[in-house]
Amino acid sequence: MERTLTTPLTDEAVAGLRAGDQVLLTGTLLTARDAAHKRLAELLDRGEPLPVELAGQVIYYAGPSPAKPGKPVGSIGPTTSGRMDAYTPRLLDIGLKGMVGKGYRSPAVKEAMVRNRAVYFAAVGGAAALLAQRVKAARVVAYEDLGPEAIRALEVVDFPVIVVNDIYGGDIYEEGRRRFERKVGT
Amino acid sequence: MREIDVARISEAVAQLAVAACCDLGEDVLAFFRSAQDREESAVGRSVFRQLLENARIAAEERMPLCQDTGFAVVFLEIGQDVHLVGGDLEAAVDEGVRRGYTEGYLRKSVVADPFGERKNTGDNTPAVLHTRLVPGEQVRIVFAPKGGGAENMSALAMLKPAQGRPAVVDFVVDTVAKAGPNACPPLVVGVGVGGTFEKVAYLAKKALLREIGSLNPVPRLARLEDELEARCNDLGIGPQGLGGRITVMDVFVEEFPAHIASLPVAVNIQCHAARHKEVVL
Repeated sequence: MERTLTTPLTDEAVAGLRAGDQVLLTGTLLTARDAAHKRLAELLDRGEPLPVELAGQVIYYAGPSPAKPGKPVGSIGPTTSGRMDAYTPRLLDIGLKGMVGKGYRSPAVKEAMVRNRAVYFAAVGGAAALLAQRVKAARVVAYEDLGPEAIRALEVVDFPVIVVNDIYGGDIYEEGRRRFERKVGT
Repeated sequence: MREIDVARISEAVAQLAVAACCDLGEDVLAFFRSAQDREESAVGRSVFRQLLENARIAAEERMPLCQDTGFAVVFLEIGQDVHLVGGDLEAAVDEGVRRGYTEGYLRKSVVADPFGERKNTGDNTPAVLHTRLVPGEQVRIVFAPKGGGAENMSALAMLKPAQGRPAVVDFVVDTVAKAGPNACPPLVVGVGVGGTFEKVAYLAKKALLREIGSLNPVPRLARLEDELEARCNDLGIGPQGLGGRITVMDVFVEEFPAHIASLPVAVNIQCHAARHKEVVL
């Protein structure tokens, strides 16, 4: 059973989510991946303002394929989130409320999610053409020179995701695997 | 002796690049259809429904199945009675990649200076090109774009001969376990055993080109494939790593004789977007 949620995310909305919930997101997602995260971290190092406000926002780890004429974006599925782990706790500490990607997060990121009451969602990796249809508009908000790695504000409607890590320490990657695992010899 | 202009190879590579990225193979589609009923996990079944819907949209809209349209890996089998004319073969393959990725709105995902500036080459070149001379007067081109997420979870080990078959099995299963959700399961697992350091990696890559559901013609290797498939599925990782019975679509093993001192094993991990297309000129 899917539920709908609107971004930016509130503390109340996040508190109602549990690992394994299927959710449809509507509102703004900010794309950022390796290169954009590196630049954001460098600005934080220098104490300079970021090109985009992150409080309450949801970052989508994605770099789309080129948009065809008349389309807001090309295919746009999630990339592997773990590559952003080194930068993520600092972004959570300044108010980032959600992330959409795929794959494991580090213990430091999971700890920062609980501390800051933020959630990590998975989108279905490789469902990039389907996910593109849920993107109604897109504009570059920073780092246009990075091409597919630029920060874009995506306006999405009913964007399908699954809660991986909730604010209570729940983790569907661990729980799901435990439920279906068969030990050798059993 | 038959003459083939390398411009025809450029043209074929460009067309194969777009077809591979937009049209999922019938073997993979058939697997998804059957899996959406078989998978015991409810969220796993919903993953397969999304992947089938995704494949339909990609084919109809001529959009890439996955935004990661990969490194361009090209296998060329060149008949030894073919005379290639009209220019440099490797440049012709790169020209095909350039055209396919630009005209097909495919993502350019290749950077030069990999541990430095990491500057995008802008046209997804160069290709990784594997050529082989074979009897005859035809050229067979296989285009297999390889995404980064699954490639990153691949692994190679130089085992000790005394460790034998059990160590081969454990290494494959451990590699799939570590890949978990990162590599976008359900996976195709290409396994190379034997040869040298570079040969075993090539065998694992080549194994990924087999049809889902096919068995190795050597009974001993077919049994190994079945055992590996069962062991990987027992991990419980499931579609997208969210838990479930179906972690791998198939495991393919390719073998080559090894040095008396060596037991090389390579595991090339392929996400569910198991893309490859071929043509014979």
